[in-house]
Amino acid sequence: MKTHTLLRAALFAALSFTTLTAVQAETDRAAKGLEIATEWDRRDLGFGDTHAKMNMVLENRNADQSTRSMRMKILEVPDSNEGDKSLVIFDTPRDVKGTAFLTWAHILDPDDQWLYLPALKRVKRISSKNKSGPFVGSEFAYEDMSAQELKKYTYLWLRNETCGDLECFVVEQKPTYKNSGYTKMIVWYDSSEYRQQKIDYYDRKDDLLKTLTFADFRQHLNKYWRSYDMRMVNHQTGKKTQLLFTSIDFQTGLKKSEFTKNGIKRAR
Amino acid sequence: MQLRFSSALIVTIISGILMPGTTVAADADFSLSGFAAADLRVFPRDRRYDDQREQTFNPSMVLQPELTVELHGGDDLISFTPYGRIDGQDSERSHFDVRELSWLHIGDGWDVTAGVDKVYWGVTESRHLVDIINQTDGVEDVDGEEKLGQPMINLGLQQDWGDVNLFVLPYFRERTFTGRNGRLRGSTPVDNDQSTYDSRLKQRHPDIALRYSGVIDEWDIGIAHFYGTGREPRFKTGTDSSGQSVLVPHYDIINQTSLDIQATFDAWLLKSEMIYRSGQGKDFAAISAGFEYTFFGLVGEAGDLGVLAEYHYDGRDSTAPLTGFDNDLFAGLRLTLNDVNDTDFLVGILVDRITQSRSLSVEVDTRLSDNLTLDGQLRISDGLTEKDPAFGARSDNHLQLRLSYYY
Repeated sequence: MKTHTLLRAALFAALSFTTLTAVQAETDRAAKGLEIATEWDRRDLGFGDTHAKMNMVLENRNADQSTRSMRMKILEVPDSNEGDKSLVIFDTPRDVKGTAFLTWAHILDPDDQWLYLPALKRVKRISSKNKSGPFVGSEFAYEDMSAQELKKYTYLWLRNETCGDLECFVVEQKPTYKNSGYTKMIVWYDSSEYRQQKIDYYDRKDDLLKTLTFADFRQHLNKYWRSYDMRMVNHQTGKKTQLLFTSIDFQTGLKKSEFTKNGIKRAR
Repeated sequence: MQLRFSSALIVTIISGILMPGTTVAADADFSLSGFAAADLRVFPRDRRYDDQREQTFNPSMVLQPELTVELHGGDDLISFTPYGRIDGQDSERSHFDVRELSWLHIGDGWDVTAGVDKVYWGVTESRHLVDIINQTDGVEDVDGEEKLGQPMINLGLQQDWGDVNLFVLPYFRERTFTGRNGRLRGSTPVDNDQSTYDSRLKQRHPDIALRYSGVIDEWDIGIAHFYGTGREPRFKTGTDSSGQSVLVPHYDIINQTSLDIQATFDAWLLKSEMIYRSGQGKDFAAISAGFEYTFFGLVGEAGDLGVLAEYHYDGRDSTAPLTGFDNDLFAGLRLTLNDVNDTDFLVGILVDRITQSRSLSVEVDTRLSDNLTLDGQLRISDGLTEKDPAFGARSDNHLQLRLSYYY
């Protein structure tokens, strides 16, 4: 009996220790993941505003392509408890020319979104619940297009590995906001500049859904890196969307009044 | 062709835009776009009035180019959007309009628009109660969503607590109506040449409007007041120059205060519009209220299904213009496929709770290629009574198809 009790005590102690170290390791990995993401976020602080021109190329299973061109304006909101404001204005296809899409991103609350329909000159407030829905028929979901804010995810460092010519931190991120289409994202950050190089998205059944790869990085104002070539592949449908930027201008002096419900009527 | 637009006004606007001494700057950015469309209306039932053309098949052509010139790095914008339709079967429906001819100057926290422009107010889908700045282009469609260009000066102030717009509307546009030969008219055609007005200034009575619109978290709120010539005419009976009986529009001076609210919670959009109007017989109030709930990703790969319901009540009596929304219930389904071609369907039915008359509307649109779109509308009504403004057009169920080329 005594030996049994002793054994049990020893087993318990060993188990607790393992659990403790496991918990400790988990905490360390979470801390390391957050540290990496915090550095990624810090390196983008103070960009002010950007005005980007881009083409979105949609490709279906049969490799039929259709292109839409658009401009995206982003206004940085310095408060880390609030998201940035963004405005997407369409140039083609021609029938949607002038259509504008305004988002006030929030961290945990639902985003505020408005759509401007130029034919009727009507601004409609729309539901932002549809985070996992496709953005203009593409493989990018609304949540992929909206600003990535530090506090929108929890982080867990998984490992380091080489990614192309670079070394990468591999971090698991789980959305903390409601209505995400993802259980998790695996994000590759390069260790030299803390740029996101690749993201694997896992769907609600935890199956691999999409992969986004970033290429053609260019540095702005000697500080801010932007990818000019983003490719999203949907592994489940075989469809692809490529986002090709033709220009990204920084600190162009965008005004807060452009990012208002009435401001989007005159968006250019 | 009718071209009832003050050419003097256009000249004033153009000279206002191209101010003396202003040379078109080297940084001027021109852009030309627009569309050309072929329309086909099909009226399966026989005409009701002998002087109407049968119009079983009614083809027409539409042109709407849009020219914009951006100056001073986008701080100034000149827009010109003429619109024309040629309809071989109804001379009143063949018409030309200036939808937009305006100069917009954007300051920091304020802007001003001078010229002809279009302004939309409101939130509900099946009735546009508070939308009053622009006159309805009645020959275009029966849904009241097509508008004529309105001459205006619109001063906007954008503040953290919301936006305020002051409108001065120096010239009034008369509503367009289907001619004697056309389908979709009342039993007696409208004669716009004899229109009468409360104001001795007639179309030159300066109308004014003030609107506040703001966003408070989930709430989008608009409050407005309009003073001037009411956009909805009353009708008197009369005779035209050839002795045939006609309806003559009379335009009253009205005061209208309005409120429109939308609350956006999760997948729910809760909407309401209200007006209080005086100047057309007894004062009256009217309200539209309803919701839209969307089931996201319910249909096919990523299609959304929206369910809409709206209730309309209008307290006006027979001294005010007749309305089809006195006590009506609307129910609708909106299907948005979220596909590459932006395919949408909207089916709605409006039921009059007193007369039980029903109007069904089906709208579909999709993109065929980068430049081509196709859309269709089906409008069917049943059980209309004399209390309904569309009673005279009860034989005019129709299908409308449009093929548009955008450039």
